[in-house]
Amino acid sequence: MNEYKNLTKQGLWENNPALVQLLGLCPLLAVTASVTNAMGLGLATLFVLVGSNITVSLVREFIPSEIRIPVFVMVIATFVTIIQLLMNAYVFQLYQSLGIFIPLIVTNCAIIGRAEAYASKNPWQRAAFDGLAMGVGFALVLIVLGAMREIIGNGTLFDGAELLLGEWAAQLRIELFTVNYPLLLAILPPGAFIGMGFIIALKNKIDAVRSARAEKKTVTRARVTA
Amino acid sequence: MSFKIAPSPHGHNQRTTSEMMRWVCYALVPGVLLQSYFFGPGVWFQITLAVATAVLAEMACTVARERPAFSALRDNTAIVTAILLAISIPSLAPWWVIVIGTLFAIVVVKHVYGGMGQNLFNPAMAGYVLLLISFPVQMTNWLPASTISEHSLTLWQTLHTILFEYTPAGYSVEQLRAGIDGVTMATPLDTIKTELTRGYTLTEIYQGPEFSYFAGAGWQWINLGFLVGGLLLIQQRIISWHIPLGFLAGLCLPAFIAHIFAPDLMPGPIVHALSGATMLGAFFIATDPVSAATSNRGRVIFALLIGFIVFVIRSWGGYPDAVAFAVLLANMCVPLIDRYTRPVVYGHGD
Repeated sequence: MNEYKNLTKQGLWENNPALVQLLGLCPLLAVTASVTNAMGLGLATLFVLVGSNITVSLVREFIPSEIRIPVFVMVIATFVTIIQLLMNAYVFQLYQSLGIFIPLIVTNCAIIGRAEAYASKNPWQRAAFDGLAMGVGFALVLIVLGAMREIIGNGTLFDGAELLLGEWAAQLRIELFTVNYPLLLAILPPGAFIGMGFIIALKNKIDAVRSARAEKKTVTRARVTA
Repeated sequence: MSFKIAPSPHGHNQRTTSEMMRWVCYALVPGVLLQSYFFGPGVWFQITLAVATAVLAEMACTVARERPAFSALRDNTAIVTAILLAISIPSLAPWWVIVIGTLFAIVVVKHVYGGMGQNLFNPAMAGYVLLLISFPVQMTNWLPASTISEHSLTLWQTLHTILFEYTPAGYSVEQLRAGIDGVTMATPLDTIKTELTRGYTLTEIYQGPEFSYFAGAGWQWINLGFLVGGLLLIQQRIISWHIPLGFLAGLCLPAFIAHIFAPDLMPGPIVHALSGATMLGAFFIATDPVSAATSNRGRVIFALLIGFIVFVIRSWGGYPDAVAFAVLLANMCVPLIDRYTRPVVYGHGD
């Protein structure tokens, strides 16, 4: 059980693929202009990550280590094709707005990184959980960045959520404030880089504060009388 | 005891940073006076707003960084950044434009990178690019110069327009830009760009009301005003001649060559030199000691690069003027330029 707790901690915080490993930045920066897009791509990546981790872990005994990378890529590509066809069938508008970034999940280094570093060395239950933790960590960063950019650039939250979640989700749309002139920079690619920088800075700050606190706790009183 | 940090390259010049920055402000006066003559008193409101925002933002940042609140204000750099940004934007831009731009320049571009002397990019120009990309309509709403404009605004009308985006009589800035024939007038560089794409030659374009003796009406005198101020800075040894000369050479030499080959399609060097933000950029913006290259040789390369990028974007790019983009692009090259132009230590070279 301890292993699972550790995996959760690694995936969500200490070794977060987006904030610490800085992997998969291309889709991260490109599609996070709104929460809906971020959520769509986050879920797709999560699915692919879990699927590829399980498969790689199951076949790890049979793959010669010389050709393991091509095999991993083909496994990942299979799951990406599945998710791409599924999105094409069920959430077509979101599929169109994400465009090329769905097939590009194949090249997301976070996925092949997990396959190589964890799934190819561990049993499938753990590999599946590792994929889940890493995928959730990645998706959360996507959603936070998407929310930040959507609020600053558009003044809304969950705009177009019905594209992903169905008709009922149209009510999720929150209009925080109306702007006559949106701050376009937040929606454009530079806004993604700047926003990402701030999120990483915030994470480092939290870590610094926490480690400073932990240090204080361990200070023990020196004995002055013998 | 305090360490006084002389501006880069940290040579001995017996002037403090705050004194140098004060001189920069004085040198801006002729250009700003001409600008307020040609584009109305709005520029003074913009400067006031920008300086107030910059001072507050600087104090907030220094407090947040656990330093004494007034320590950073004493060097006057925030004020210079604010003034440069304020005179770069249209004088009737809504108040929130300059506030957002100044906040970004001071908080993100300057203090996030470590405060005075640490910023990679020129804060004023980074703020300007943020505004230009985010609010393209407000940032290109330049009035025609007062000598050819149909409207002239009083002090109160100007303030009202900056605060509420309309004059007391209900005109928008867009409507104020219209000439007597109801056609909206653009800046000279913008006019050249759009009319060339419509198939006119430069000879025909120069007949338009936006142009007079050398270049654009109004703009040429403002540029000459900044030239005078810049020469004052060189005479006072606040800036060296390398960057302004390199900038103008990088811009005017290609312009001259292009003008010889295609006289009716490529504006000549004088039009380039006296249009848009050329002189402001050459003497006041590119010469920022922090984000420019360090050695004299490096500065020449840096400035030539800026001038050439300005020429390229003005001639073939999507924007009519390009000083801000050129300065930021050249700022990115500075570490590389500095690496290859490191002066040889006496006795160690070959």
